Amino acid sequence: MADRVGIEVSVAIGDAVKQANVDVIAAYPITPQTHIVEHLAELVANGEVDAAYIPVESEHSAMSACLGSAAVGARTFTATAGQGLELMHEVLYVASSMRFPVVMTVANRALSSPLSVWGDHSDVMAVRDTGWIQIFTENGQEVVDHIFCAFRIAEDNKVLLPVMIHLDGFHLSHVIEPITFPDQSKVDKFLPDNKYPLPLHPDKPVTMGDFAPPIIYPEAKWAQEVNLRASKEIILKCWQEFGEIFGHHYSPVERYHSEKAKVLLLTMGSFSETAMTAIDKMRGEGRDVGLVRLRLWRPFPFEELRRAVEDAETLIVLDRALSFGGPGGPVCSEVKAALYGQAKKPKVVSFVSGIGGRDISPGDFEEIINKGITISEKGSPNEFEIFGVRE
Amino acid sequence: MQNYGVYVPRLVTKKDIFVSGHRACIGCGEALAVRLVCKALGQNTIIASATGCMEIVSSPLPTTSWKVPWIHTLFENTAAVASGIESGLKMLMKKGRIAQQDITVVAMAGDGGTSDIGLQALSGALERGHNFVYLCFDNEAYMNTGIQRSSSTPYGAATTTSPAGKVSIGQVSWKKNMPAIAAAHNIPYVATACPSYPFDMMDKVKKAAATPGPAYVHILSVCPTGWRCPTDLAIKLGRLAVETGIFPLYEVENGKYKLNFDFPELKPVTAYMKLQGRFRHLSEDIIEKIQKRVTADYAELKERAVEG
Repeated sequence: MADRVGIEVSVAIGDAVKQANVDVIAAYPITPQTHIVEHLAELVANGEVDAAYIPVESEHSAMSACLGSAAVGARTFTATAGQGLELMHEVLYVASSMRFPVVMTVANRALSSPLSVWGDHSDVMAVRDTGWIQIFTENGQEVVDHIFCAFRIAEDNKVLLPVMIHLDGFHLSHVIEPITFPDQSKVDKFLPDNKYPLPLHPDKPVTMGDFAPPIIYPEAKWAQEVNLRASKEIILKCWQEFGEIFGHHYSPVERYHSEKAKVLLLTMGSFSETAMTAIDKMRGEGRDVGLVRLRLWRPFPFEELRRAVEDAETLIVLDRALSFGGPGGPVCSEVKAALYGQAKKPKVVSFVSGIGGRDISPGDFEEIINKGITISEKGSPNEFEIFGVRE
Repeated sequence: MQNYGVYVPRLVTKKDIFVSGHRACIGCGEALAVRLVCKALGQNTIIASATGCMEIVSSPLPTTSWKVPWIHTLFENTAAVASGIESGLKMLMKKGRIAQQDITVVAMAGDGGTSDIGLQALSGALERGHNFVYLCFDNEAYMNTGIQRSSSTPYGAATTTSPAGKVSIGQVSWKKNMPAIAAAHNIPYVATACPSYPFDMMDKVKKAAATPGPAYVHILSVCPTGWRCPTDLAIKLGRLAVETGIFPLYEVENGKYKLNFDFPELKPVTAYMKLQGRFRHLSEDIIEKIQKRVTADYAELKERAVEG
């Protein structure tokens, strides 16, 4: 391992993509993702990355160019955020359905209107069902590590699915953090050349992207579902191997003082680190609280989640997105669904907070936990609670 | 011309890339154009196709009509997909992961996929200068979804979304000049073609493929279904479109216009229009208006071609 360096997370992503020996980058600028593609453009311009950089005219074309590049077997990367992810929407389904191993970092951002460049998880939740493998990260090191893991998982011939790496816009994308970059020789060994099984090439003509009449469409989609579920095994193996080589260990559901804790908070993304500070303080005061963090968003880690919360009495889920007119937090809905059939399960309380870039302080997390405990004891007429919003 | 029928077929390869068994309508001018274009392109080709007639007729799972690598993803993104293919191949060859080889990257779309929904992606790809060929097969409406008007539908034509009615003549806007838009990107090669002039079309496609950088060929493809004409008229109508000056065949090479077929006297537009049900409702004064416009546009093009 090389030394730790202080570096902006977006720039570090560019450096990691360089280490991954990417072939094609197709990207369009959008805040708060811009620093990632700016740095990559600079690396390409200086000849430090031997890649084609396609400065497309929209995110729709960014992902479309990624389809073409991945289809010929090139290692393909892009990055986007918020509205950009929404403009890509229909193309995202194609990338996963046609099994193209594209890797994309998403600097999570709120959605218009009103316009907001700041972070939340509205963009992620809108692309939840696009068939991508989706992984949440909490700090710069995790993002860098996952650039290598994502290409390795995506290009595994048993997987061949695109991977989204989620990082919170600004709160993570724009901070300077100490990050360790792995030795290049180790990266090269961990991440061999992309060997796409049936690339577009005149030597062996293949037809890609046929249309499916009703007689075959359901089978095609079921095969995709089976494939995405099966990718979990490869993801776990990848993380295990990565841990053995690089010393950083990852799992689908991360736990922090959660064993035997009566009250659990569940978070996703960089706010988890703030939540840890609150948990530390409360535990110092003798409170029986712990934290679980959802890392693997798709495929959803049902078993791991059930195991992580089965001994708790109360589970407070924090969402950073609204499902308008619905049950509140999309993550909480999924957690409830995962626990519904369990004989032993905690009471689940849903909070939505931190949307459009609004901070949640350690003190706020304490308040959320305390309110959550009260609601779980006394009940609430609301499907979910909104926290930190003036009414 | 005596033994035309005997010798001409020998000038074209018998080897087909777009093969029979597809489900195009009877008399489809577009399927004919695609077949001939593919003969000109040859085996070292990768095709990205937009959603549309040619995609739907050629690729119902689990069958295919394509003997070259072919990919369809969406409607409006073909030029962007081709950008990715071209860039990917370039890098893989540079890094020695695939052999150095001259592979023609082709994007194909209809007039809707080109002049309407795909215009932005096309403009981006032309402006970035990718080495690829873009072929627009123009049948002058959204035929695949059932004859709806596009910006490429000619003035006065009745379609299902520009129907002729008591207070409407049908399409009320003039056909978008897509080749001029392509040429405005200052790309090295733009051409118009029609399968009624097969050798001219195939030569242009070969020229486009040999051009380094982006090339755009706009191919008029007669659609008997949508144009409401007998199914044996695809060739005749293509010729009449050219002979009336409605669809002149020309090239724009590095900004220089060249008219490939000129006529001492253009046939009247009615010779073309009267054979098609989509123009049946038009009154004489509207036809006169169209005639004036065609004459003027043709004169302007000719002038540009003389200037070079």
